[in-house]
Amino acid sequence: MVEFALPKNSKISGGKTWPKPAGATETREFRVYRWNPDDGKNPSVDTYYVDTHDCGPMVLDGLIWIKNHIDPTLTFRRSCREGVCGSCAMNIDGQNTLACTKSMHDVGAGGAVKVNPLPHQPVVKDLVPDLTNFYAQYASIEPWLKTTTPTPQKEWRQSHEDREKLDGLYECILCACCSTSCPSYWWNSERFLGPAALLQATRWVTDSRDEATGERLDNLEDPFRLYRCHTIMNCAKACPKGLNPSEAIAELKFKMVERQI
Amino acid sequence: MSGPSSMRTPLERVRGLGSAHTGTSDFWRQRLTAVAMTLLIVPVIVVVIMLIGRNHAGAAQILGSIPIAIILLLFIVASTWHMKIGMQVVIEDYIHNEKLKIASVMANNFFCVAVALASIYAILKLSSGV
Repeated sequence: MVEFALPKNSKISGGKTWPKPAGATETREFRVYRWNPDDGKNPSVDTYYVDTHDCGPMVLDGLIWIKNHIDPTLTFRRSCREGVCGSCAMNIDGQNTLACTKSMHDVGAGGAVKVNPLPHQPVVKDLVPDLTNFYAQYASIEPWLKTTTPTPQKEWRQSHEDREKLDGLYECILCACCSTSCPSYWWNSERFLGPAALLQATRWVTDSRDEATGERLDNLEDPFRLYRCHTIMNCAKACPKGLNPSEAIAELKFKMVERQI
Repeated sequence: MSGPSSMRTPLERVRGLGSAHTGTSDFWRQRLTAVAMTLLIVPVIVVVIMLIGRNHAGAAQILGSIPIAIILLLFIVASTWHMKIGMQVVIEDYIHNEKLKIASVMANNFFCVAVALASIYAILKLSSGV
């Protein structure tokens, strides 16, 4: 059966409250999920106070400030700090999003900024989830141009209209905010491909240059791989790039019906 | 992940037993039966209101009308079929033990077919005036 309660070793217990920074006139409270694979303890939520006059406006700025000034052991992924790489995807105030594009003024109504790792994934350490399965699912949809016709001398040509069909699909940065917000993905992540991989599948099924459309649909036509999507739409709500994976999946389902009727 | 499956590559685990190449017909039928029920629900409610307070003979007289009997039969077929597919989706979502899942899907099929046949039999019996 599906598990509604956390396993014993995942239950959150206690947590340390770090002292407020000396000399700070204005602080913001951060409650951050902590788990260290080496100490054998259960996860905890630590409380930090960030000096907002010495720190940028985004949640990621706050986390970097904590790491630089209070606790260097705090672990999280980050790279581009401008919403392009998708590394700093995490659950902020109950919503999966990118820490680098989420202003700390827009969360928690002035109270604590609650930061947790992406839901329902194994945790490597603190805010770092293990996305091995997520990346393997992306690889399984074979996200590259597949053709039988010999490669042309110059380039594969595409009309402006056909190129426009890829808008809303190609912009995905694979941050995993959508898939890890999806209840269907929580219950069946080993068999359901999830919104991110399915959005990418739609991107290649839609591409006018790709010659493997039927083969791609064959691989997706499965009660679990595709049809676990029940149009819950958490994916569209979570996507920090404003994409709509749910609509892309509906497009796939429509194509499945179209080729049968 | 621990145990023997940890030696499998992540891609092998994702590919698993491959695509079942099914699911579209259930997806389509679920929508088909939903639209059918949307169309049938108003006439069915009217028939049910007509039946309120009638005795057996009165009910048999109303169901003796061919259009009324056919509307009810269509509604039974659409709703039990929809019920069967919907319940199967719930079972597949939440039950992960393979044996329990197969047993539940089987029980769901038996239950829905039994409900459908019992309802159809009752309507036919009443509409034939027996």
